Amino acid sequence: MRALFFRDLALALRAGGGFGLGLAFFLIVVVLVPFSVGPQSALLTQIAPGVLWLGALLACLLSLDRLLAVDWEDGALDLLATSPLPLEGIVAVKAAAHWVTTGLPLVLAAPVLGVLLNLAPSGYGVLVLSLALGTPALSMIGAFGAALTVGIKRGGLLLSLLVLPLYVPTLIFGAEAARRAAEGLDSGTPLLLLAGITLAVLAAMPFAAGAVLRVNLR
Amino acid sequence: MSLWEYANPVKFLRLSERVQPWLWWGSGICLVVGLIWGFFFTPDDFRQGSTVKIIYLHVPSALMAINAWFMMLVASLIWIVRRHHVSALAARAAAPVGIVMTLIALFTGAIWGQPMWGTWWAWDPRLTSFLILFLFYLGYVALWEAIEDPDTAADLTSILCLVGTVFAVLSRYAVLFWNQGLHQGASLSLDKEENVADVFYFPLLVCIAGFVLLFLALVLYRTGTEIRVRRTRALMARETRGAGLRAEEA
Repeated sequence: MRALFFRDLALALRAGGGFGLGLAFFLIVVVLVPFSVGPQSALLTQIAPGVLWLGALLACLLSLDRLLAVDWEDGALDLLATSPLPLEGIVAVKAAAHWVTTGLPLVLAAPVLGVLLNLAPSGYGVLVLSLALGTPALSMIGAFGAALTVGIKRGGLLLSLLVLPLYVPTLIFGAEAARRAAEGLDSGTPLLLLAGITLAVLAAMPFAAGAVLRVNLR
Repeated sequence: MSLWEYANPVKFLRLSERVQPWLWWGSGICLVVGLIWGFFFTPDDFRQGSTVKIIYLHVPSALMAINAWFMMLVASLIWIVRRHHVSALAARAAAPVGIVMTLIALFTGAIWGQPMWGTWWAWDPRLTSFLILFLFYLGYVALWEAIEDPDTAADLTSILCLVGTVFAVLSRYAVLFWNQGLHQGASLSLDKEENVADVFYFPLLVCIAGFVLLFLALVLYRTGTEIRVRRTRALMARETRGAGLRAEEA
């Protein structure tokens, strides 16, 4: 399990593309927002938490279609499936590697991009916290979507269609927590609900993803 | 004699063909009676005027949109547990009907909302949940269409249906948390005294019956079509295989 985790990390780091790309995408989305809504700092302050969450979510989505497809194409997934590791574990490990290479950099970059969007000073801590709590769920749900579409050629668009509705609760609670904190309100409730969703997803989703993958490998 | 006998496609088709005329006629009569009764023989509401009459389309279609998803969930479970093909095909057949019901509910709601709330659309919890339900339907249908192998497609879509149900319910409550609503409470419920007034209530019940029957008829009809499509494909495959064998022998 640990070997697979480090293998995925190493592949993501060395192959280029995957690792920095999500981060660059996040940056570009954030930079484009002022161009589309105008540079008034009051407006930007108001929408900053939501935009940062949406940007992070889209950046997460960007690399999902490579999550399993690469190993599917070169047959590594079949080999992994015959290994003693259960498929549920494989999917969970791959989601974890995806989170470390995509979610974690986004969490770390979010405060810097918050400066660009004139985020209110009280919002930084909770923004980082909410992203740290929420992005693991995004990766795990995304792994489920990737497992669903792994056998389909050009499944990328379908993957977005399937995964984005599943992201709704995470986005609502995450963005709500960040918004409340930025406005100086108490953000405890949405944070707790967000953590609850993430824990439930981490606990249950590997089984759904494993079942789906088993069907696809049949 | 048990319900599972109808998991046999032939028996299912025989039953469904016997029942279908009743369903079509029943739904036609109910809809015609209910809609005419509702549109022409009920008084205008004292505040909403004649716009209240859109309730006869809006409430039944919204009800069926949710129940169609629920039926898909049950059918998917049956497929996962007992692997009856008819069940998977029925789930597939119900999805587009559900999409249309969702769209009818959304559009009639918008048409009613414009004069009453002064807006076509508001990010109200009920409206938003329905839009999310619509997205779930789209993803489900798209996944069915994208996969060639019918058994794989049935497996994947039924798991998606299960996961989607959990997330749809979750979204419903998340959306409630996120925004307070404009939409009034339930028009109908079993455990509450406060329903809509009787003059509107009875034609509404007739319309709901009509929509339920229409839904059943459409699903049975579409399931029958799916079964025949699959059988045709199997026959054609056998034919080409037979032709190939004969060519090899010769």
